[in-house]
Amino acid sequence: MNIDPLPFWVSLRLGTWVTLVLVLVCFPLAWLFSQAKGRWTVWVESIASLPLVLSPTVLGFYLLLALSPRAPIGRFFESAFHVRLAFSFAGIVIGGCISSLPFMLTALKTGMRGVPGNLIEASYSLGKGRLETAFRVVVPNMKTGLIAGIVTTFAHSIGEFGVILMIGGSVPGLTKVVSIAVYERAESLDFSGANAYALILVVASYIGIFFLNSLQRYESRR
Amino acid sequence: MLRFYLKKRLVAGKKSFDLELEYALADGEFLGVRGPSGSGKSTLIRCLAGLETPDEGFIKIGEEDWYDSRRRIFAPARKRRVGVVFQDYALFPNMTVLGNILYAKADKARARELLELTRLTEQADQFPRELSGGQKQRTALARALAREPELLLLDEPLSSLDEELRDSLGDELVRIQRATDITAIMVSHSKAETRRLCTEVLELRSGHLNDDKLRVY
Repeated sequence: MNIDPLPFWVSLRLGTWVTLVLVLVCFPLAWLFSQAKGRWTVWVESIASLPLVLSPTVLGFYLLLALSPRAPIGRFFESAFHVRLAFSFAGIVIGGCISSLPFMLTALKTGMRGVPGNLIEASYSLGKGRLETAFRVVVPNMKTGLIAGIVTTFAHSIGEFGVILMIGGSVPGLTKVVSIAVYERAESLDFSGANAYALILVVASYIGIFFLNSLQRYESRR
Repeated sequence: MLRFYLKKRLVAGKKSFDLELEYALADGEFLGVRGPSGSGKSTLIRCLAGLETPDEGFIKIGEEDWYDSRRRIFAPARKRRVGVVFQDYALFPNMTVLGNILYAKADKARARELLELTRLTEQADQFPRELSGGQKQRTALARALAREPELLLLDEPLSSLDEELRDSLGDELVRIQRATDITAIMVSHSKAETRRLCTEVLELRSGHLNDDKLRVY
């Protein structure tokens, strides 16, 4: 049985990039949503949650159209940064980010909402602004939410299939991730090869979820 | 001198009423505000702290305006030199006793002084979860005093303690208030507690004074 390590490397890079980008993007968003009281938040939150219910193929199809060199976004990246997004690693990172955004956003929002409001008010009454309160009071008291966001986003993005296939195709070493390798092996009736890839993904996902549950158990006992 | 006139519509379930109160408190005095649950006591504290905005009125401390609805002045909590002791103390669980005090003001000498004043020197490196109810209350008080506020606001600071501890910590509170000579307002539902600890007592009923200044020592 011949196992190519490249899809693992691509999946690992994809998961790391998507998780890093989403931590940075979702923190201010989650803070905004957890603090805002206006009705507009329901509209915006619903859009942000759309990838949860939307078929990955549908999402991938629209993203492919948006990132193609003929579309404004794709054209902008190509002229400004000389980067072609469709069928590239940068493209699948963008697709992965949009597809996994609800996982990170929900986990961070839940974590932030779990921080008692009077801790935030206490911080304000001690002369601190929103930013200092967010970093010194909110973040350290929502560790479980942050770790939940990191683990679920990473696990979801390394297992992503539909969106990645639509945007990135299956370019070895560039956009061919483990789930695509499983699909291709199964399609060519190499079930033992598909099983090897799939099993490694299952074990890696289980370890992540086990770590998360153990941490939540530890935090709830404290 | 703290002077305020506050008016705010309060809604409790299907009922609603106006909190409307005018008062002047001399420097260094300890005002007790008592009344039943839902009479507007905590809202009064929150409005004075800048955590809630009144519908109209003014709050003036010395020459400084914290709130004036006519002139559209509203200083948020972080801009007011106010120390708040919350009902459940709101200590930051990720910081030690010393860390909580230093968060308010990064001045180690001042923090040590406050630890001594509140008799918490031995607990300086402990986290809130390791403290007793009384130690938590004193930590919250030390933290509230760290920035040398002009006004100390205490929202039912003794209510979650057992009776014996409540008496001794009440005395401790008065000792510290007198030692720092800070103007303070304490909200409580206990008649005996406010009478015993405060220099002036007001009683609120559905947002209004039940009587005029009830007792002046």
